[in-house]
Amino acid sequence: MAFDEQKQDFKVLGTRPDRPDGLDKVTGKARYGADAYIPGMLHGVIVRSPHAHARIVKIDASKALAMKGVKAVVTRADFADGQTGEDWNVMENCMAGEKALYDGHAVAAVAATSALIARDAAKLVEVEYEVLPHVTEVNAAMTEGAPVIREGAADYSVPDGMHPNVVRYIEFGHGDLEKGFEAADVVREQTYATEATHQGYIEPHACLAQMGSDGRGEMWVCTQGHWFIRRMSAVCLGIEVSKLRVTPSEIGGGFGGKTTVFIEPVALALSRKANRPVKMVMTRSEVLRATGPTASASMDVKIGMTKDGKMTAGKAVFRMQGGAFPLAPVDSALACAFACYDIENVQHEGYDVMSNRPKNAAYRAPGSPMAAFAVESLVDEMCRELSLDPIEVRLMNAAKEGTKSSSGPTYPRIGLVETLEAAKAHDHYSAPLGPNQGRGVASGYWMNWGGETSVSLALSEDGSVTVSVGTPDIGGSRASIAMMAAEAMGIAYEDVRVNVVETGALGVNEPTHGSRATFASGLATIKAANEAIGKLCQRAADAWGIDAEAVVWEDGHAKPSGPNAGEFPPMSIGEICAEMGSTGGPISGHFEATPNGYGGSFGTHIVDVEVDPETGRTTVLRYTVVQDAGKAIHPAYVEGQFQGGAAQGIGWALNEEYIYGEDGRLQNTVFLDYRVPVASDLPMIDTVIVEVPNPGHPYGVRGVGETGITPPLPAIANAVAEATGARLRSLPMSPPRILKAMKG
Amino acid sequence: MVEVHLWSSLRRFADGQESVEIEGKTVGEVLKNLAAAHPGLAPAIEAGAGLTVDGTFLGSGRNHVLDPEAEVFLMMRIKGG
Repeated sequence: MAFDEQKQDFKVLGTRPDRPDGLDKVTGKARYGADAYIPGMLHGVIVRSPHAHARIVKIDASKALAMKGVKAVVTRADFADGQTGEDWNVMENCMAGEKALYDGHAVAAVAATSALIARDAAKLVEVEYEVLPHVTEVNAAMTEGAPVIREGAADYSVPDGMHPNVVRYIEFGHGDLEKGFEAADVVREQTYATEATHQGYIEPHACLAQMGSDGRGEMWVCTQGHWFIRRMSAVCLGIEVSKLRVTPSEIGGGFGGKTTVFIEPVALALSRKANRPVKMVMTRSEVLRATGPTASASMDVKIGMTKDGKMTAGKAVFRMQGGAFPLAPVDSALACAFACYDIENVQHEGYDVMSNRPKNAAYRAPGSPMAAFAVESLVDEMCRELSLDPIEVRLMNAAKEGTKSSSGPTYPRIGLVETLEAAKAHDHYSAPLGPNQGRGVASGYWMNWGGETSVSLALSEDGSVTVSVGTPDIGGSRASIAMMAAEAMGIAYEDVRVNVVETGALGVNEPTHGSRATFASGLATIKAANEAIGKLCQRAADAWGIDAEAVVWEDGHAKPSGPNAGEFPPMSIGEICAEMGSTGGPISGHFEATPNGYGGSFGTHIVDVEVDPETGRTTVLRYTVVQDAGKAIHPAYVEGQFQGGAAQGIGWALNEEYIYGEDGRLQNTVFLDYRVPVASDLPMIDTVIVEVPNPGHPYGVRGVGETGITPPLPAIANAVAEATGARLRSLPMSPPRILKAMKG
Repeated sequence: MVEVHLWSSLRRFADGQESVEIEGKTVGEVLKNLAAAHPGLAPAIEAGAGLTVDGTFLGSGRNHVLDPEAEVFLMMRIKGG
């Protein structure tokens, strides 16, 4: 879907109005997942495996059921069976069947009249385990002799002879690799590693489920995608999808981790068994042990470069473990690895590996931060070796419109060069550095997504507008969608209200994922507004007794247009809507599609750090994000997305990691030990919004939510290398690791 | 006829060819005919592999009418968080 006549002149877009959810959030009125309440509701608690890998021999719930206040216990036998593929994976992850596959895996659940009773009762559920050998590290998991997580899990892509824990194999590329490396003056190859990190959303998973004896159910839940929750829950319960109605709450962060189910089918199963509503709220420990972090990665990268910085060949071999199920994001990691570069000879190889860890979930540009860490670190190493400017080298090799991308297809209009030029011109790039300080630069990419989308736009009697969308607002999409509706309708932002509605109110909507909400729901809103405008023009034409084709819509008014239209005073949207009940009935617009014109977004980051040579502690002194937004609808929200991505990337680079003991159990299950960056760890993150319009959106919008987390990992590693002279190729760059690297 | 370029890990299911000529006016027809002509590709298509047309992945655009001159790749579906 290309838009030849892309709108350029905006009245509402580019302004910074108040956010519609701001007052509720700062006054505590916003209702999150744990705020749901129904009289008579029970509280559910999950019994979790203390073993990384164990056969479930027997579950005895008799003591728990004998406790006063306990109303139900469920195990896997209380769910449907017969699922296949990813449906089976989701079911197995929500409630273990024959084996517990990781520390924290759910094996049973209890519902009781209070959360305290449910917690006590959960301790009385007796589970007999046969402990099995485990493996949690990706390279170990694919080595001969490693414990097999599950036989027969590999798909069509895995060639014969690989370990059963390798479940997908990916290979793609183009050109002649050997010839490319021969043409280089310098060829370097290094191995990089990143640990699994968690999305770290502040709000733990929470839901309230109610299943009636008629087989119909309802759920209130914090989620990025309530249609996904509905379908996955229905599959686990063995009921028709339409039997469930799911309403999303306000959401306290998701970053991809709330696009799937964990407790939701369990709450429904407990409710079905107890015939009472059941509320479940995860603890932070449960969130870290049993929801989806991202994958850990082991990556080999080889690059050939001429002395003046031209890249002649690139090769990436990535191994990722995504827990005890398939779908570590190794495919997207590889697709992003060399995406910033125009390289004639490039080759990618990837291994998706299972281990005894929780099932990985999406995390902001899944796979791309790891890929950027490996490739952008090696590019920096070679720039330093050849005494070349890292931005000049990236400009020399930059992908642009017409470049054959590293994954094959030719790029449409993209904005990488513009971000590099803006970074080069920024005063940050030439600012002086002090002792023990270093500067790092890196670029990154995310391809974005469209997805199934359905939107309705309804006009009120006074001409104000209500937009119903199905994409939960995790980053300001209600504001951006209201602004696009106001722009299209020619009315004020304050005259538009956007509601995120439940599953019964619209057709299927994919979650807010893939940086798609502002792009896809925004596009659908503009189309729905145009449909409503057509109806408004028809009403005016009827009133004037002329053809609708002779009416134009400008600034919220219908106006006669053309030589034969006649002379009539403009009719405002309010005037038309005040009469709509007697001129044909309600006026609304609707649009549904799976828009495919999502445009990828590139970014370039600059960071200055200072490393304490005695403690190894890294202080981030200055940080600048430059990223292509296509068109920034609400610039403050775009800046917020840039800053949020950088903050999460800084945490990933410096401190965050999943630490497993020799027993295969997660060692750091609270925020005291799993250290996300807090405000005092971060400088004010500067932002530069580059606008290279996306040809696939009527206003030029590109998704901006994910790209910002990709460059920080290598940018900080590159800065630490300059500050210390030590190159760290394994994350996180915690103080002990930096000290060790500095000592050689 | 549409020329469909194959990701290299998929080429072994099409006799090692870098690209194949397939009949079909729409994305859906081409995918169906691809699976029929090269049955080894069927599991990949069932698992979500789809066509990227002129730089845009059309995994959910089976009714999209293809321009015979379009650049077409069979790729895996990739999405984010």
